[in-house]
Amino acid sequence: MNGVETRTNYLNAEYGLLSWLLTRDHKRIAILYLVSVTIMFAIGGLFAAAVRLELLTPQGDLLAADTYNKMFSMHGIIMVFFFLLPAIPATLGNFLIPMMIGARDLAFPRINLLSWYLYVIGALFTLYAMVTGGVDTGWTFYTPFSTTASNTNVVPTAIGIFINGFSGILTGLNFIVTIHRMRAPGLTWFRLPLFVWAHYATSLIQVLGTPVLAITLVMVALERAFHFGIFDPAYGGDPLLFQHLFWFYSHPAVYIMILPAMGVISELVTCFSRKSIFGYSFVALSSVAIAVLGFLVWAHHMFVTGMSVYAAMIFSFISFGVAIPSAVKVFNWTATLYKGSISYSAPMLYALGFIGLFTIGGLTGLFLATLGVDVHVTDTYFVVAHFHYVMVGGTIMAYLGGLHFWWPKITGRLYPEIWARISAAIVFLGFNLTFFPQFILGYLGMPRRYHVYPDEFQVLNVLSTAGASILGVGYLLPFIYLGWSMRYGALAPANPWGATGLEWETPSPPPTENFETPPVVTRPAYAYDLEEVTVG
Amino acid sequence: MASNFALFPERASTVAGEVDALYLFLVAVSGFFAVLIAALVVVFAIKYRRRAEDERPQAIHGSLALELAWTIIPFGLAMVMFFWGAKVYITLAVPPPNAMEVFVVGKQWMWKLQHLEGKREINELHVPVGQPIKLTMTSEDVIHSFYVPAFRIKQDAIPGRYTTAWFEPTKVGTYHLFCAEYCGTEHAKMIGRIVVMEPAEYQAWLAGTATTAVAAVPAAKPEDQQAAMAAAGAELFQKLGCVSCHRAQAGALGPSLAGLFGHNVALQDGSTVVADEDYIRESILNPQAKIVAGYQPIMPTFKGLVNEEQLMQLIAYIKTGKAGTETQ
Amino acid sequence: MASSATAAVAAGHTHAHVQHQFDDAEQQYSAAVLGMWAFLIQEIMFFGGLFLAYALYRSSYPEAFAHASHHLDVTLGAFNTAVLIASSLTMALAVHAAQTGHRAQLILFLFLTLALGSTFLGVKAIEYSHKWHEGLVPGLQWHVDAPDARQQLIFFSLYFAMTGMHALHMVVGAIGLIVLLLFALQGKYTAEYNTPVEMFGLYWHFVDIVWIFLFPLLYLFAHH
Repeated sequence: MNGVETRTNYLNAEYGLLSWLLTRDHKRIAILYLVSVTIMFAIGGLFAAAVRLELLTPQGDLLAADTYNKMFSMHGIIMVFFFLLPAIPATLGNFLIPMMIGARDLAFPRINLLSWYLYVIGALFTLYAMVTGGVDTGWTFYTPFSTTASNTNVVPTAIGIFINGFSGILTGLNFIVTIHRMRAPGLTWFRLPLFVWAHYATSLIQVLGTPVLAITLVMVALERAFHFGIFDPAYGGDPLLFQHLFWFYSHPAVYIMILPAMGVISELVTCFSRKSIFGYSFVALSSVAIAVLGFLVWAHHMFVTGMSVYAAMIFSFISFGVAIPSAVKVFNWTATLYKGSISYSAPMLYALGFIGLFTIGGLTGLFLATLGVDVHVTDTYFVVAHFHYVMVGGTIMAYLGGLHFWWPKITGRLYPEIWARISAAIVFLGFNLTFFPQFILGYLGMPRRYHVYPDEFQVLNVLSTAGASILGVGYLLPFIYLGWSMRYGALAPANPWGATGLEWETPSPPPTENFETPPVVTRPAYAYDLEEVTVG
Repeated sequence: MASNFALFPERASTVAGEVDALYLFLVAVSGFFAVLIAALVVVFAIKYRRRAEDERPQAIHGSLALELAWTIIPFGLAMVMFFWGAKVYITLAVPPPNAMEVFVVGKQWMWKLQHLEGKREINELHVPVGQPIKLTMTSEDVIHSFYVPAFRIKQDAIPGRYTTAWFEPTKVGTYHLFCAEYCGTEHAKMIGRIVVMEPAEYQAWLAGTATTAVAAVPAAKPEDQQAAMAAAGAELFQKLGCVSCHRAQAGALGPSLAGLFGHNVALQDGSTVVADEDYIRESILNPQAKIVAGYQPIMPTFKGLVNEEQLMQLIAYIKTGKAGTETQ
Repeated sequence: MASSATAAVAAGHTHAHVQHQFDDAEQQYSAAVLGMWAFLIQEIMFFGGLFLAYALYRSSYPEAFAHASHHLDVTLGAFNTAVLIASSLTMALAVHAAQTGHRAQLILFLFLTLALGSTFLGVKAIEYSHKWHEGLVPGLQWHVDAPDARQQLIFFSLYFAMTGMHALHMVVGAIGLIVLLLFALQGKYTAEYNTPVEMFGLYWHFVDIVWIFLFPLLYLFAHH
C-alpha cells in the first residue's frame, strides 16, 4: 500500500477477484457476507421506507394496496431471511470464531464457501421474484392465502428462502464442529468467550429448526404449483398445520437473530468496563437454555386461532419460562458495569443502547405471552413494535456495535470515533421515535399490515415515520465513515481496546492462518484484572 | 372517537376493563424493571467512568445469591402474569349460556353477519347493549380475524372449521371492526363497525322500522327470534333432500338428527365424538370422515352445493332438535 | 493447493490428506464424524415435518388413507425394500473394504451399491408412471372417483412428497457413489485415509432407514 504495510495478512495475501470468489479463508468469506448482507439490508431498508411513507397519511395515496402489501412482505422477507439471520453469525461469527478459539480456520472451509454461494443463489432467486412482480404474502406465508389466493411470485421466493436455509444450516453445522473439535490447548468450555457460547446455541437452532422450515416451504410450493392437498381446507387439509410447522422454526429463528447479538454485547460490556463478566456460567448457560426452551413455545403465535385453552396455557407458561434466561443476561450485564472502568467508545454506546432497547423488547414480550392481553394486541402494531425492539433495537444495535469493535481487526484501520458516537446516538433516538409510538398504536387497536387506517391513528404514525427518517440517517452515516476509514483511517494496532481474547493477540489485520504461533490458553475469559491492560 | 392522543381504546365490553387492568399491571411491572435497568446503567456508566487509561478494576466474578434473586423474583412475577392472563383468557373463551348467537363469515374482503333471527348484515353488526353475543365464525377463502378493539376481542376465522368468540357490550356507540389477519389486497378495507344500541332501538332496527318509532314495536319473543335462521335451514333441509335419509322412520338410510346437537355420537370405528358445529359441518362436507355406527358410508358430499352461510343455517336448524323429526 | 500444502508443512504435518486447518488426522476425522452426525440430525428434522403431517392426517382420515393405500403396489414396495437393505449391506462392506485397504473390493462394493440404488430408483420410476396412468397424481393427473377422494388426495400428496424427497436423497446418494468410485479407481482411499467412504456410508444408511419407515407407513398400513 503506502509503504507502511509490508507484513502479509489475509487481505493482501492474494489479489484479484478469483482470490476472493474461490477463497476458503473464513475471514475473507466473512467479508463476502458483510458485503452481501449490507446490500440486502439496504434493499430491505428501501422497502421499509416505502411502507413508512405510505403510512404518513390515513389514505392510500402513495402506493396502491397491492404495492403496499408487496412492500411490507418483501421488507420482512429480505430483513428476516437475508439480513437478520445471517448478519452476526455469518459475518462476525465467521470472522471471529476460529480466532477466538485459536484455530486456523473453521472445520470445513469449503462448506463455508458453499454456504455463502447458497446465500447468494437464494438471495438472487428472491430478488428475481421481487423484480418480476414481487410477493405479497407477508414473510409468514400463511396458508391458504399463500397457496391458493395470492397471485404473486410465491414459489420462486420460497425456493430462494429454501436455498438460503441450507446456507444457515451449513454455517451452524460448521460452527458446532469447529467449537467442539478445534479449540486451542487449554481452552476449556468454561474459558470460551461468551460470543462463542452464544454462537454455539445459535448453531443448534439453525441445525434443528431450519430444516423444518425448508420442508414446510417445499409443501407450500407443491401445493401451490401442482395443487397438492396438504394444507388446503378444500381437501380436508388443515391450514393451521402450516402455522405450527412454520412457527416451530420461526420462533426459534428469533433466537438465531438475538443470541449472537447477546454474545456481542457480552464482549463489548466486559471490554469497555474492563471487567470480567458477572456470572459467566449463568450468561453462558442461559444461551443454551434459550435455545432449548425456544423450541417449546411456537404456538404462542397462535393464541387467537381457536386452539384449545389448555394448549394455550401450556405455551403461555413456557413462554414466560424462556423470558427468564434473557432477564438473567440483562441483570448480569448491568452488574458487570458495577465498579468497572467504563469507557464511552462507540461500541460501548451501542452496547448500552442495546441493553435499554432489548429490555423494553423483552418486557413487551411478556405482554404477548400473557394470554388475556395477547388476544387484544396480537396482529396489531404492538407486535410490530415488540419485535422491532428486539430485532432492530437488539440485533442491529449489537451488529453495529460489534462491527465497530472488530472493525480495526477486520480492516486494520481505525474508524473515526466522533462520527461513530454521533451515529450511535442518532440511531438510538431515531429508533425510539420510530417504534415506541407503535406500542401505543397497537394497544389502541391498529392492526398490522394495514395500507389505510382510521384517522385517529395518524398522529402516532407521523411520529413513527419521522423517527424512521432519523433512523435512516443513523444507518447511512456508518456506511460513509466506515467506507472512508478503509482508505484513510489510522492504522490499527493489534489490540486497540486493550481487550482480552485470542483475536486481539494477533496482528490487525490477521495473517491468513490467524496466528503466527499457535496460541495456548492459560486463563479464563475476560481476565481483565490478571494482566496489564496493554492498548496497542 | 377519542382525541388523537388517547392511550387506550374505548372500553365498551364487560371484559375490556379486566384486560386493561391486567395490561396496566404489566405496564407497571415492565416500567419498574425498564427504569431500574436504565437507571443502573446510567448511574454505573457515570459513576464508574474511566478516569485514567491504566485503570484496572477488581474483578467480581458473580454472586449466587444475586443470580438466584434475579431468577426467582422475575419468575414469581411472571407466574402472576401467567395465571392472571390465563384467567382472562378463559373468560374470553367461555360464552355465557344466555348469549345471543350471531354467525360470521369472512371472505375477501368483507364480513357477512347473520343474526339468528335471520337478519343479515355486511360489514356491520347491530347488537343490543347489555346482551352477551356469541359469534360463531368461519371463512370462505383465506384466514381472517375478527377484531373489535373496544371489546378487546379478536378471533381468527379459519376456512374449514368454526371458531367462537363472545362479548357483552356495555356502552351504546359505534366501534371499529377490523380484519386483523392479513388476507390480501383489500385487507385494510375489510373493516366494518359494531353498532351497540339500546335494546328497544335494537328491536326497532330488527323490525326494520326507523329508530324513532321504537316504542310502537313490541319486542319479539326469543323463540320467534331464533326461528328465522333455523327456518331457512329447514327449507334447505328439504330442498337438498337431506330429509329423504335423515327422517324419523324405521329403516331410514341415515341417522335421525333429532336432539343430536351437543350429544355424543358412537362411530363405526368404536370411538365417539360430540356432535358440535365442526362435526356437523364435517359430516355435510366430508360425510365419509366419521361414519355413525350402524350406517353405511353412502352419503354424498355437499361440498360446492352449500355455501358457508347455508351451512350455518343448516346447523342452526339441526340445533333446534327438529331436524330429522320430519316424516316427510 | 499450494497454500494448504505450505500450511501443512508449517504445522508439521506429514500426511497430505490432512487439511491445513487441522492439527492431525485424528482431529480431522473426529470433525468429519461430528459434522456428518449433525447433518443427519438436520435430515431427521427435514423429514420430520413430512412425518408429522402424515401422522396428523392419518389420524384424521384413517379410512380414506386405508383406501388410498390400497392403490400402492406392495410387491414393488417390498422388492424395493429388499433392494435397499441389500444396498446397505454392500455399503457396509464397502466401508469395511476401505478401512482394511482392499481397493478392488471397495470398488466392487461401491459399484454394487450404486447398481442397487439405481434399481431402487428404476422401480420407483415404474411405480410413479403407474400412478400417472391410474390418475393418482394430485393436481396433475387425478382421476379418483370415490366418496372420500378428497382425503385420498391428501394421502397421495404426502406419498409423492415423502417418496419424492426420499428419491431425491437417493439421486444425491447415487451421484456421491459415482464420485467415490472415481476416486477409488484412482486409489485415493487407503487403510489410513478413507473418511469420505465412511461418512458417505452413514448417509446411505440414513436414507435407507427413512425408507424402512416409509414402506410400512405408506404401503402396508391398509394390510394389517
